[in-house]
Amino acid sequence: MDTAVLISMLWEGLLETLYMTLIGTLVSYLLGLPIGVSLIVTGPNGIKPAPLYNKVVGFIVNVVRSVPFLILMIALMPYIRKIIGTGIGTRATTAALIVAATPFVARMVEQSLLEVEAGVIEAAQAMGASNVQIIRKVLLVEARPSLLNGAAVATITILGYSAMAGALGGGGLGSIAIRYGLHRFQPAIMWITVIVLVILVQVLQEIGVKIANKMDNRLN
Amino acid sequence: MSFFRGQVVKTLPSFYMKGEKLSDYIISLQGVSKEFDTKDGKVTALKDINLDIEHGDAYGIIGLSGAGKSTLVRTINLLEQPTEGRVVFDEKVLTGLKNKDLNISRRKISMIFQQFNLLMQRDAIGNVCFPLEIAGYPKEKALKKARELLEVVDLEDRANSYPSQLSGGQKQRVAIARALASDPEVILCDEATSALDPKTTRSILELLKKINEERGITLVVITHEMEVIKQLCNKVAVIENGQIVERGDVQEIFKYPKTQAARRLFLPIAENTEVDERGKISTRHRLRLVFDGRSAYEPIISRMIMELQAPVNFLYANMDVIGDQQKGQMVICLADDPVIAEKQKEFLRNADVDITEIIVDEGEEV
Ligand SMILES: Nc1ncnc2c1ncn2[C@@H]1O[C@H](COP(=O)(O)OP(=O)(O)OP(=O)(O)O)[C@@H](O)[C@H]1O
Ligand SMILES: [Mg+2]
Repeated sequence: MDTAVLISMLWEGLLETLYMTLIGTLVSYLLGLPIGVSLIVTGPNGIKPAPLYNKVVGFIVNVVRSVPFLILMIALMPYIRKIIGTGIGTRATTAALIVAATPFVARMVEQSLLEVEAGVIEAAQAMGASNVQIIRKVLLVEARPSLLNGAAVATITILGYSAMAGALGGGGLGSIAIRYGLHRFQPAIMWITVIVLVILVQVLQEIGVKIANKMDNRLN
Repeated sequence: MSFFRGQVVKTLPSFYMKGEKLSDYIISLQGVSKEFDTKDGKVTALKDINLDIEHGDAYGIIGLSGAGKSTLVRTINLLEQPTEGRVVFDEKVLTGLKNKDLNISRRKISMIFQQFNLLMQRDAIGNVCFPLEIAGYPKEKALKKARELLEVVDLEDRANSYPSQLSGGQKQRVAIARALASDPEVILCDEATSALDPKTTRSILELLKKINEERGITLVVITHEMEVIKQLCNKVAVIENGQIVERGDVQEIFKYPKTQAARRLFLPIAENTEVDERGKISTRHRLRLVFDGRSAYEPIISRMIMELQAPVNFLYANMDVIGDQQKGQMVICLADDPVIAEKQKEFLRNADVDITEIIVDEGEEV
């Protein structure tokens, strides 16, 4: 294959992967962050315990999380097709990514917020802070470094999902790897995509940790 | 009885008669009980607590670990909802207020903690601004006030340091500045110095005392250390197994502790049976002498020994500063012979020494 063609193909795959990963992560956070916060707030030691809500939402989150991504994607395909008109390609994959990643993000957020010391929340309560103020000014701010680290992990996980989606015609680098590595037996191209993915993961991880540490006022 | 001075209900000034006054006290706990449901069943942390705290008091609450001190102080600002009884603060019944109104009242009750509980992601001045932000203060005004308060606690040069860059004592100073920010009527202190070394403890206690005296802010001081009560408080309640077993002026209780619990806290180890097994001294004739720092007690004792030609054993002697008064206490053991011991007591009484006989119960635990 012509090098120029190869490069332009890889470049396109990279852009598609980045698109799926970034949009997927962004929307998963828009949905998952409030769910994660609500799980903490309504938990047994939360600032507004609501056992029923907590159990129900926690259960749904666990159910979705326990379905392997590829199976979830296959199961969702007919519905996604109905809604956005197609069951394959980057847009369909992004939709599936969002469904799969939102509960994952919710649990990541919950874990991060769990690290905020009970005493600090109590101090805010003693000062007369409302629950909304506690969420905005205490929970989300005190957990910021951990939330950012979590976001890096989530992004990398979603990147991995998007690569898997390649097996089902999902587009991006994953599709290229499957198409050339498996169907046309050109392992060199497959390995190139693997290397690009590895580099991508490294870069995301580095950026995540850097930002998280920079934003952490406990370390300086 | 002077012992109950703090408990007497004062007659109300006439202008209070217009509306019904709930309580003349800044804080009044009325029949407060607290039970916790745990896996092992119900735990009763507080049993029918009645406690009145006057404006400007530095009210100590002392007791052993697990006695219920933290639970008690946390019911005052309803961090802990009592199972029974009511909490009155500044003439409002806090138990039964809606969240919104409770939050407004809470702004007048600050709290400082053993573990400081500062926001780790905010610098010192940001922490002091926090209660002001919550109350909706404009940012500039909040910063100005926070800066002034950091000066009060001697930390103006560390305004932009984060808690992770401050020592324990400095963190507690930031916490105190934060507690002052909302112009509170009361500051609740739950073991505020227990994580600090003795020197830092002293400086924090001095700062709290200054705040109490100069600003007239009422303090509620939870501690298991007698020293804290002696340095800081004018009143004290002794709590044991969720109940207040003794209360009153610190001076009074120091002089005449009535209950076993109070004596265990206020009196030196020397009067416990341990010592007399070691020294083979009669347990029946032990006396505790309390005297002002100024009065000369040694000549009296030596005169007694000479006149009666009978020995006494010194078990313990110590000087204490309680509030602003010097107080000495001494525990002595009288002669074995009951007749001579009686004479010795007679002698001390005639010499105007304040004596309390120490009765050691059989089998009393140390
Ligand atoms: N949240 C809780 N759930 C169950 N039991 C509790 C809870 N908080 C306190 N208790 C129990 O209530 C009793 C009083 O506890 P509290 O913390 O008030 O004691 P304390 O006097 O402050 O002790 P310390 O000096 O160790 O802090 C203890 O038996 C404790 O186990
Ligand atoms: Mg405690």
